[in-house]
Amino acid sequence: MSIYPPDKVWWKPIDREEKIWLVIALIWLSFTFFLMPVLHVYGRQNPPALSYRVTPERFEALSNEFIEKYRVLGSDGQPVAINGVPVVHPQPGGDAYIVARAWSWQPILELEKGKPYRIHLSSLDFQHGFSIYPLNMNFMAIPGEDYILRITPTSSGEFSILCNEYCGIGHHTMVGKLIVR
Amino acid sequence: MAEQGFRTCSVTGLKVHLPAERLIKANAVTAIIFIAIGGAAALLAALTRWPAVHLLGPEWFYRVLTAHGFDMLIVWIIFFEIAALYLGSAVLLSVRIAAPLVGWVAYILMLGGAVLVNIMVLAGKSDVLFTSYPPLMAHPLFYLGVILFAVGALIGVALFFATLYKARKEKTYTHQSFPLVTFGLFAAACIAVTTLLHGAGIYIPTLLWSLGIIHDIDPSAYRLVWWGLGHSSQQINVTAMISVWYLIGALSVGMKPINEKLCRTAFVLYILFIDVASEHHLLVDPVFGNAHKIWNTGYVMHLAVLASMIHALAVPAGIEVALRKQGYTKGLFEWFKMAPWGNPAFSATVWSIFIFGFLAGITGVVFGNEQINMTAHNTWRITGHFHATVVGGTTIAFMGVTYYILPLIFRRQIWALSLARIQPWLYGIGITMLSASMMLAGAYGIPRRHWDIANFGGSPFAFAWDPTVYIWLGVFGIAALLAVAGGIIYVAVSAGTLLWGKKVE
Repeated sequence: MSIYPPDKVWWKPIDREEKIWLVIALIWLSFTFFLMPVLHVYGRQNPPALSYRVTPERFEALSNEFIEKYRVLGSDGQPVAINGVPVVHPQPGGDAYIVARAWSWQPILELEKGKPYRIHLSSLDFQHGFSIYPLNMNFMAIPGEDYILRITPTSSGEFSILCNEYCGIGHHTMVGKLIVR
Repeated sequence: MAEQGFRTCSVTGLKVHLPAERLIKANAVTAIIFIAIGGAAALLAALTRWPAVHLLGPEWFYRVLTAHGFDMLIVWIIFFEIAALYLGSAVLLSVRIAAPLVGWVAYILMLGGAVLVNIMVLAGKSDVLFTSYPPLMAHPLFYLGVILFAVGALIGVALFFATLYKARKEKTYTHQSFPLVTFGLFAAACIAVTTLLHGAGIYIPTLLWSLGIIHDIDPSAYRLVWWGLGHSSQQINVTAMISVWYLIGALSVGMKPINEKLCRTAFVLYILFIDVASEHHLLVDPVFGNAHKIWNTGYVMHLAVLASMIHALAVPAGIEVALRKQGYTKGLFEWFKMAPWGNPAFSATVWSIFIFGFLAGITGVVFGNEQINMTAHNTWRITGHFHATVVGGTTIAFMGVTYYILPLIFRRQIWALSLARIQPWLYGIGITMLSASMMLAGAYGIPRRHWDIANFGGSPFAFAWDPTVYIWLGVFGIAALLAVAGGIIYVAVSAGTLLWGKKVE
């Protein structure tokens, strides 16, 4: 029994049944293991791995510059904002910024369907979780790291961005928006 | 005629060192007290996340969630594991525990740390949740409490190693090979050392930071080291849980491992590979490159999964062989039908194997896939997964072994045995439904650790979920009530046995 010391010679050969099971397990595990590198090369969606060190102050300055430059203007010539958050139309193929801070997402990006973008994601204060609904894609926004998401929107409409990393008492109010035309 | 300081167990024939027995009792009772506290926090948190009830306000929700995570994942489980380590060393090897006094120092440090953390959390000074990610800052005493607990647990693990060494030197067991259960616990203890060192390694600088001595804690570096504590501690649980399966298998049906060599190799695979696999928490983090992520969560993690696959056959097969030897050989399943279902320890083990095998391990492998992780990270899928592993697997197994510790160590007959018999079923069904409903809701993107998924606290950007999620949230609420009922019975049976259980001679 497994609560008593084993027989003197316990390194016996493995039975046939257990061998078969081991082979099945190894085949299945090889499959799930190789799936990752193979999808990485041939798949179309991978977690991005490009990031740069950036101070929160520098990231805020860069994102403000970006917002000023690409703000959407209404028919009256005034900048457009939804619930006080500026709407920004970045250049297709170019850089765009999403800033997380307790407890809001800035700005509201207006992207064009089928065009590639380099989205810079970072936080100015706590750790935040970037989660986009209804697509359900999730990435971390961490202060000090400029995380580059290379994204080409494939469907148009309005998407919600919610924070899914606890960031203080107002965490659950941290919702934003992203528009694809 | 027993040696001085020992008694002989009438069931197993093992010599039990009485000071070791007292340490086992103290650690086990404390574990059960903390599962009661953590369970109360679980009920409050679940009733808040069930949109139909939405009980607490945001402050208290995040507060009880912090307490729930710490009391369950760390305090209840590690106290119980320390009890299991003393049992697996001193009792199974019939040796004196190396230094009982050191055991009490470990116990007091752990208890002091646990109490300190609970006070700091419930006083509202440390609303940082279980992960305490900087730059969120808790009260320095919160971090100090965690460090005291980790140091105490490390001392307990060291006492386990010292006792093994003593047994080896005094040749108290035959052939110089540990029993399999002791070997498994030895693997768990090895993992515990690296885990607790990670804990000390991250919480000591964080404590200094909260005191203003260190200026800055890098959030990404914190995540890397912290998960060496946060996830690796769950690997201690897996390894200890499997040791407990072998322990209950031996005590309930006289199970022997089919192949000692293979089972032991599997435990070695855990020691070697399971810690690094913790990096799957960083799959959608900046900083780390793809090759690094694939290596740790792909190659290394799957070698640890291979170990689980070996036990997945060895444990049920060992039970089947033992029952067939008792004469239940008719057809394919007579052994299963005639298994000792009236023994709550046995049915708890079957639930533990079922939930761990079919809900927990498999979903862990799937969510640890780099691409799938993008759709799972920080959603309720993850919460569902680890409730299946830690609660459905480890906690149910530990509840099962309690039904042996009560008569064999506390030497009292189980009080209200009929209640104890339904307990694993109630708890098992509850946790199965709970984990599954969390994962199903999480598949729609329902976030973990969120106070108000229905209205987002009145945010002007509030949006409506796919209404299907409310079905799963309803199932979740009912499941949480079932599981809490099972937990209450567990605590009540344990307390009742200690107070009113008939003494076993």
